[in-house]
Amino acid sequence: MADVDKWVYSAVVKDHFMHPRGFLLGEPKEGEFDSYGEVGSLACGDIIKVWIKVDKETDKIKDFKWQTWGCATAIASASAFAEMIMKNDGMKVEEAMNIKPKDIADYLDGLPARKFHCSILADKAFKKAVENYRNKK
Amino acid sequence: MTKNKIKRIYMDHAAAAPMDKRVKKAMGPYWTENFGNPNALYKEGLIARSAIENAREDIAKILGARAKEIIFTNGGTESDNLAIFGAVKNFKSGHIITTKFEHHAVLNSCKRLEKEGFEVTYLDVGKEGVVNPKDVAKALKPETILVSIIYANNEIGTVQPIKEIAKVIRNFKKQGEAKQNIYFHTDACQAPGYLDLNVERLGIDLMTINGSKIYGPKGIGLLYIKNGIKLEPLLYGGEQERKLRPGTENVPAIVGLAEALKIADKDREKESARLIKLRDYFIGRLLGEIPKTVLNGHATQRLPNNINVSILDAEGESIVLYLDEAGVACSTGSACTSESLEPSHVILAIGKPHAYAHGAMRFSLGRSTTKKDIDYVMKVLPDIIKKLRMFSPVNIKI
Repeated sequence: MADVDKWVYSAVVKDHFMHPRGFLLGEPKEGEFDSYGEVGSLACGDIIKVWIKVDKETDKIKDFKWQTWGCATAIASASAFAEMIMKNDGMKVEEAMNIKPKDIADYLDGLPARKFHCSILADKAFKKAVENYRNKK
Repeated sequence: MTKNKIKRIYMDHAAAAPMDKRVKKAMGPYWTENFGNPNALYKEGLIARSAIENAREDIAKILGARAKEIIFTNGGTESDNLAIFGAVKNFKSGHIITTKFEHHAVLNSCKRLEKEGFEVTYLDVGKEGVVNPKDVAKALKPETILVSIIYANNEIGTVQPIKEIAKVIRNFKKQGEAKQNIYFHTDACQAPGYLDLNVERLGIDLMTINGSKIYGPKGIGLLYIKNGIKLEPLLYGGEQERKLRPGTENVPAIVGLAEALKIADKDREKESARLIKLRDYFIGRLLGEIPKTVLNGHATQRLPNNINVSILDAEGESIVLYLDEAGVACSTGSACTSESLEPSHVILAIGKPHAYAHGAMRFSLGRSTTKKDIDYVMKVLPDIIKKLRMFSPVNIKI
């Protein structure tokens, strides 16, 4: 008998894809975030945009939101990254900067190798946002 | 194990169609009971031989061809390869004409030959996805050996003017400019259920058909090779299939392919008329109810079962997987679903930007499809798109 619950990626990917957390609905309000970062392209088929709000005293991430156009693993990666860095009221920026694509893939219980390069973009978008934030300061 | 009880709505018949029960029944005696090698001289062999030859006769009748013009292969890809490599094998160089939106079996064969020194013209297919016979006329040269043009495109379903193209090639040959005979091949894998298959009327020399797209078995196909056309084999071995395709014949699958073609031939008109209504109803609702949705390919010069639309600001793999969760099976031109991570070359060939290819959705209807199925898709799809657009940073202007 065929497995009726079969799915192409891990159960964790499915959960994040079907119930994405931490995305931004519509446009950000004036002053809601300190900066944003965007990576990907229409040609590649994946675009992610992230927004960050940083606590100036503690350098902790107070808020992180994302928007993604792309495949299931791109959406799940963004959602997973949001969950990872917002745990325990937000990671310190430096700590979050150390998150590698492999950490996101592990958090998602694995991703196919060919999906690594194109769909784990949240960490790169985040780094851009931090760069913009640091330049602003 | 059966907690997921959602009814499945299958709308990917262009990828694979369920084998018809009548086909299965026809194949039944040729697995265990009549298992003989058709090349043997004793009774078991003769029974298998006559099954193959009857199948060949039946198929020839449907194609308006002679039985000896039908060669069985293991599927569409092999037939395409045999037609292309078989036709050019005796040449060291030469010119081939094909289109930008062929099936990969033809496209990648031509690309391979380009590396080997052949010149290939990849014809534009215009915004509507239909080759202009005048472009074929312009591309023909004295060195042209082969023209290979798909009968009905497998992604967007647009039907190519095969008869007119055949006429253009005949005229060129009549003018005496060709250095050698020019073979005209068409991949007709998507065509049998809906289009005229008569090889005389079409005016083609080589034609590919396979089993799995027409409610027949997988792993079986045929190549029609017009009498007088000389091909070289790709495989070497025994003398089966006029020495063009060695290996013990796949008897049950050949019987199944013939049965599937007979059913397709008998039901063609009625089923086409039924599906055209459903297709146009579906397209109307998609374009009318989901904003920023565009049709890919000509609206009416397309297969009765093919719907292909680009839904912008959402991405195809995500749509496929959300639909799958809602019980609907369909396919996409998005790069994410391919090993190469390249988006659909067909959508790019009709001049649409990459983002349109990433959002291209193909729904291919079939014998089991009802209006109710389409209504169900239209009940779930708009909400899926709304959700995906809700967290999409993209806003493409159309």
